[in-house]
Amino acid sequence: MNNVGDSLQPVEDPNRAYVGAATPAVIAPGHTFGTVTDKISSIVLTRRTPLGWYLGFMAAGALAVLLLISLTYLVTKGIGIWGNNIPVGWAFDITNFVWWIGIGHAGTLISAILLLLKQTWRTSINRFAEAMTLFAVACAGIFPLFHTGRPWLAYWLFPYPNSMTLWPQFRSPLIWDVFAVSTYATVSALFWFVGLIPDLATLRDRSQSRAGRVVYGMLAMGWRGSARHWHRYDTAYLLLAGLATPLVVSVHTVVSFDFAVGIVPGWHTTIFPPYFVAGAIYSGFAMVLTLAIPIRAVYHLEDFITMRHLQNMAKVMLVTGLIVAYGYGTEAFIAWYSGDKYEGFVPMNRMFGPYAFYYWLLILCNVVIPQALWLKRVRTNVPLLFVISLIVNVGMWLERFVIIVISLSRDFLTSSWGRYAPTFWDWSTLLGTIGLFLSLLFLFLRFLPMISIFEIRTLLPEAKVSDE
Amino acid sequence: MKPPPTVYGLMAEFDDPASLVAATERAHREGYRCMDAYSPFPIEELTEALGAEHTRLPLIVLIGGIVGCLGGYALEYWTQVVAYPLNIGGKPYHSWPAFVPVTFECTILVAALAAVLGMLALNGLPQPYHPVFNVPRFALASRNRFFLCVEARDPQFDLESTRRFLETLNPREVSTVAD
Repeated sequence: MNNVGDSLQPVEDPNRAYVGAATPAVIAPGHTFGTVTDKISSIVLTRRTPLGWYLGFMAAGALAVLLLISLTYLVTKGIGIWGNNIPVGWAFDITNFVWWIGIGHAGTLISAILLLLKQTWRTSINRFAEAMTLFAVACAGIFPLFHTGRPWLAYWLFPYPNSMTLWPQFRSPLIWDVFAVSTYATVSALFWFVGLIPDLATLRDRSQSRAGRVVYGMLAMGWRGSARHWHRYDTAYLLLAGLATPLVVSVHTVVSFDFAVGIVPGWHTTIFPPYFVAGAIYSGFAMVLTLAIPIRAVYHLEDFITMRHLQNMAKVMLVTGLIVAYGYGTEAFIAWYSGDKYEGFVPMNRMFGPYAFYYWLLILCNVVIPQALWLKRVRTNVPLLFVISLIVNVGMWLERFVIIVISLSRDFLTSSWGRYAPTFWDWSTLLGTIGLFLSLLFLFLRFLPMISIFEIRTLLPEAKVSDE
Repeated sequence: MKPPPTVYGLMAEFDDPASLVAATERAHREGYRCMDAYSPFPIEELTEALGAEHTRLPLIVLIGGIVGCLGGYALEYWTQVVAYPLNIGGKPYHSWPAFVPVTFECTILVAALAAVLGMLALNGLPQPYHPVFNVPRFALASRNRFFLCVEARDPQFDLESTRRFLETLNPREVSTVAD
């Protein structure tokens, strides 16, 4: 009773009541334009590369080589080396594709949507979240590309005048997917590169080596920080954010159409688009946390990636996780409420069928464990947050596995039921893309500023021109 | 005294954004128009202080979006209805709801390309050479220093009097920019 009364007390400073007195800052105090620039650019230019980088890059590179071996073997033998076979024609490949695409979504969300919402805390994490998006989309693209069986003919998916006088069939969600994913990859790359231009100019001006000056100089394209340029730059960046926001929502919507437009029980539902988008953001934030926590520790970036960032990301994970959990509930409810016996069978099959273990593991990873994030004690415990983010990554992978494999393995006719089990090559390709993803990320950390230097400068108190 | 042809302009260096904005406003009031301010991060007030015009970029992006939208839909209509009509599950050849996703993606793609290429084109980038880089201290324009450059092509520019004027703005240093 007392507590309720307390919370109704009038508060003197409404801002303070809203944010909470103990909210950590976005940037640690005491930084100036110079120290911010030096600290972030020194990682690329002067500081010794930590031993951990070499070890990590070696491990990731080894896995990337495994990907190369797996794909080479796939091309020589055909996709029969994977475990998918009728009725389970989509399995690890499409699971991995949706998982990687989903991970990419957090990058665009952080850079575009949080920019439009004026969430300044995004600034420390947007650069590497965008890099993560690019690399995740690259990994995602590998799966449908090689699942076509003849990846060297993949350009047939694009509309171009050809001597066969054939054109793509635009009523198919799979063609929508080609357009959505390639547009997403292009716009993410543009967004990332435009964001990098002023920082590349900083690296050009601060590089001690000739090679550095030449390479960063060419990439910076002669950026000189002119006020007129900044004005157009800001306009372009804001417009890109406005364009990327509906784009990011559309991409996972289109990915969900790959399933929802099909008539397979468990796929043919209208809840798929919002539920897929929420799931994508959920897994994406989990991946940002998984990456940010070790990076900030290794490179001592606690000044820029503060507890505020980690807590906010944990909160976004909690919210999107609840939306996803609501999606699971609605799926099961509508399956029962529809009165359709094939739809009604889907949740039963998931919960008690041959793959029940994975369904319950998914519920544990995505619904049960993340509830710990309600507690502030958990949100401020960095190692625990790291573990939960890993668990959510696994959980979101399982979700796609459950949706794709369980639905396909048992559809309308019992005579056409089947089972799927992954082969060595299924696993090696998945692990291989993780290796490729991490290798690209290690190269990015080594050669480009992982935090947007110029945007951090704007957050400093000395950047203010007039007292508002 | 007319400036020798090898001078691009005079550059004053400042320590903080507020001084640069104040100096730019003063120079604008003084009648200087051919000048530019350089800062390590975007400063909204600076654009106004320079008296800079509105950018046409949003219009370019809008045109890009419209072109992408119409182009995407036209591509679908022409291929599905005219060039290569196929009966897919009895749907009409012109099944417009199925054409929405690709039309949307094309809109975003062309608009985004227009935003980036338009920004670079209006800014005149990539630009391999620019005289301001001849000032050694200008390397700090991408770190923590703020510069105002009055260009020699300004009708009011005079090497001596403009330098004297810039000295009154409390700069850290005034240097001549070689062309």
